[in-house]
Amino acid sequence: MVAATAPIAYRFLGRYALLWCASAPLAAFVWLLTQTPGVLDGHPVAESLEWLPQLGLDVGLRLDAFALLMALLVTGIGVLVFVYAYGYFEDHEEPALTSFTAWLTLFAGSMLGLVLADEVFTLFVFWELTSITSFFLIGFHHEQGSARGAARQAFLVTGLGGLALLGGLVLLAQEAGTTSISEIVTAPPATNGIVVAGLVLLLVGAFTKSAQAPFHFWLPSAMVAPTPVSGYLHSATMVKAGIYLIARFAPAFADVGIWRPLVLTVGLVTMTLGALRALFAHDLKQLLAFSTISQLGFLTVLFGAGSPELAEAACLMLLAHAIAKAALFMVVGVIDHQAHTRDLRALSGLGRRLPALAVVATIAAGSMAGVGPFIGFIGKEQAFNGLLDAHFDGSIAVLAVVVVASCLTFAYALRFLWGAFATKSNVDAGHHRVGSEVARPNVLFVAPAAVLGGACLLFGLAPGTVEHLIAQATRAIQADAVTHTLSVVPHLGTAFGLSLVVITSGVVLFAWRHALDRLRRRTPRLPSSAGGYEVAIRGLNRVADRVTGFVQHGSLPVYISVVLLTFIVAPGSVLLVRNTLADDVAFVATPMQAAVGALIVGAAIAAAISRRRFAAVIALGAVGYGIAVMWVLEGAPDLAIAQLLVETLSVVVFVLVLRRLPSHFKAPHRGQVARLVLAGLVGTMMTGFVLVSTGARVVPPISNELVERSLEDGGGRNVVNVILVDFRGYDTLGEITVLVVAGLGIASLVLAGRARRGRSDERTRDAEMVEDDQLEGAP
Amino acid sequence: MIPIRSRILDVGVRAVFHTFLLLSLFLLFRGHNQPGGGFSGGLVAGAAFVLLWVARGPAALRFLYVAPETIAASGLCVAVATGIASLFAGGQFLESGSAVVDVAVLGEVKFFSVLAFDIGVYLVVLGFVTVALQRLGTDLPDDPSAS
Repeated sequence: MVAATAPIAYRFLGRYALLWCASAPLAAFVWLLTQTPGVLDGHPVAESLEWLPQLGLDVGLRLDAFALLMALLVTGIGVLVFVYAYGYFEDHEEPALTSFTAWLTLFAGSMLGLVLADEVFTLFVFWELTSITSFFLIGFHHEQGSARGAARQAFLVTGLGGLALLGGLVLLAQEAGTTSISEIVTAPPATNGIVVAGLVLLLVGAFTKSAQAPFHFWLPSAMVAPTPVSGYLHSATMVKAGIYLIARFAPAFADVGIWRPLVLTVGLVTMTLGALRALFAHDLKQLLAFSTISQLGFLTVLFGAGSPELAEAACLMLLAHAIAKAALFMVVGVIDHQAHTRDLRALSGLGRRLPALAVVATIAAGSMAGVGPFIGFIGKEQAFNGLLDAHFDGSIAVLAVVVVASCLTFAYALRFLWGAFATKSNVDAGHHRVGSEVARPNVLFVAPAAVLGGACLLFGLAPGTVEHLIAQATRAIQADAVTHTLSVVPHLGTAFGLSLVVITSGVVLFAWRHALDRLRRRTPRLPSSAGGYEVAIRGLNRVADRVTGFVQHGSLPVYISVVLLTFIVAPGSVLLVRNTLADDVAFVATPMQAAVGALIVGAAIAAAISRRRFAAVIALGAVGYGIAVMWVLEGAPDLAIAQLLVETLSVVVFVLVLRRLPSHFKAPHRGQVARLVLAGLVGTMMTGFVLVSTGARVVPPISNELVERSLEDGGGRNVVNVILVDFRGYDTLGEITVLVVAGLGIASLVLAGRARRGRSDERTRDAEMVEDDQLEGAP
Repeated sequence: MIPIRSRILDVGVRAVFHTFLLLSLFLLFRGHNQPGGGFSGGLVAGAAFVLLWVARGPAALRFLYVAPETIAASGLCVAVATGIASLFAGGQFLESGSAVVDVAVLGEVKFFSVLAFDIGVYLVVLGFVTVALQRLGTDLPDDPSAS
């Protein structure tokens, strides 16, 4: 709702509109906080709106503790992102910012809807809405080709994933016999092929949205978006949608078929791959993007395992990652804005210049890497413990990979801090050194990041603040989950040992970064999935070109012939099979009919044999008027009025068009005989069709009922009108929409023609003659 | 082939133009109970403009005051808004309702929500006809009034 007011607000408030729009997530955040006690006591708030009751479609929303956790993240970070965007953009970016503000607000709303949705189709609608808003937000700098490409790529990948998701949800809902997600999950359908197929489709949707390998490539490309978008959509919220879905379905379906192997493999591969790529990225934002991919992989593993021991750690990591990553993105945005570069090979000495920012970044990066005393540390500790306790097949192997990836995570977190803030003695050759002289940012610009950094620290030092929320959220997705008392003081045990291993090897990896870099250059490049995407898109374009060239070659006579031939062949073959004529056919009922009929037939023949276009049009009009008279004779005044008027106006339109055409048809040529045959066939076919179809009625006509109900339900005595505007209101709405579109089509076609003519005035005559020749072919 | 603009034709058309528009409204409002309706009404209104166009050429469309596209689009908006309004009134999308209103001169008049929908149809049809007139009728290279 607020999104709609955004452009207007922008006109009056300028950049302040961003702050106005922040009020929307703020209001939602406050409302959520007021609901918190009730929800945490185990009373989910549910609401349902009828949408299309005929199809059994409702808009179902449900706020349980897990949805509350997500919704708080979406709205809380949303508020901060709006404030941050206020500092990020300059006033001169105004025109684009108007729509940007609207899209960002719309996204916040859709994302909130997504996490609150309890009905599969509601979920899908919001899911697609986030994809669409994401498309526009990535394409913010739409004048740049790279931004457009990235937006399209992200949209295609997540959009196709969305379709897979829809398929999966439909299959699951069919099997479960309900469209409510909470009901599907509490009473999962018995395992069969359809359920497995539905789950795989659902997972594909989740993987594309959450940038899991091999669909991860859209996320780094999407980094061309303005940083507030990257921080909000592509790290904290939208990419969590897939995770959210996995979290909802994992407890019920983790033991079904290939769920666990598939999810764990994809998650682990993504986690490792992302961390490796992050370790070698030079662009700070790319580094964070790959880090996001890696962390999303981690979350996929934790949630996807569907193990009661891991659920709590997963919720904790979800919270920790969203906060820390949003803060880090904001920090990078500040650096980018102030220093005009994000290349860590060029930055040097920034830490001394912007100490507050450096502190925030250190806290957030520390939390991400899993060191104390931040929230991320508790999360990671829980995860290690959970994996140690878990008893699904291969949990130890999973743990091993997770530990390795965590080492990498630690290393790239260090590299991030070093790259962004350290004073480097030797800036790489070819890079202009930037750092000590940059302007200090506005307080409001840094504050959102600082708030998030503060949250990392607060939740880490006093986990009691979030403990109840996390525990309830965990139970909301998995009733039998094991929850612990959270504490920042490490429990001396295997998990703590693993943490130490992670930190030590992380430091070692960081120290050896140059050696690693050399090693990487020597290893051959693997085929990348982004390349696969390129090939697929190019191939699709080629196929589309060919198909279009074959189907639409631009000859009107051929188009019409194809349509008519189809008409003859398809219903005609049916006619040949069942040729029972109507039994009570009277060819002429009254003398008047005969007279009018003769008039119509005469006019039709005149239209066909006339050599002058104008005369042909008039004759066609006469046919129409004759039919109108026929309606009057048969007692259908409404039809007659409409027919008369339509006929009049179409003659007028014909005349308008005729002014552009030569006054005479061309002399008969070769195609004439074929056309005669075709026309004769259509005529015969139509006659036969009418004769047979009037005799083919097996159920009583609906018109009786319509006539009866017209006055009573529709409140009108004119049945035709009541049918049009009431009983068949939807149809009429569709028809007038078509009419509007057709009108706009005429307008734009003529305008396009005029523009072409304007460009080449001297060629006008030639062009017209060519056009005439082409149109001449039309019968 | 510019239509010949004659004084007699002009006066004649001026005489019937408003009658046509009135007739179109008449058709629109009686449509619920007697032959007529938004579609026929819109067509008659469109025909009025066609007549005017024959007499005056493209300048005729100035009597519309707004762009034909705007008329068509606003008609669609009215129709959709009617549908949504019935949602707010607690019914289904496009469900019809009625209200009896006491109008000063005419006495009690029963209003149907479908009338609003029909007005939408009327506007769309009128808009379509005038779009066709404007676009197909005004841009001949040898037409002096074309811009």
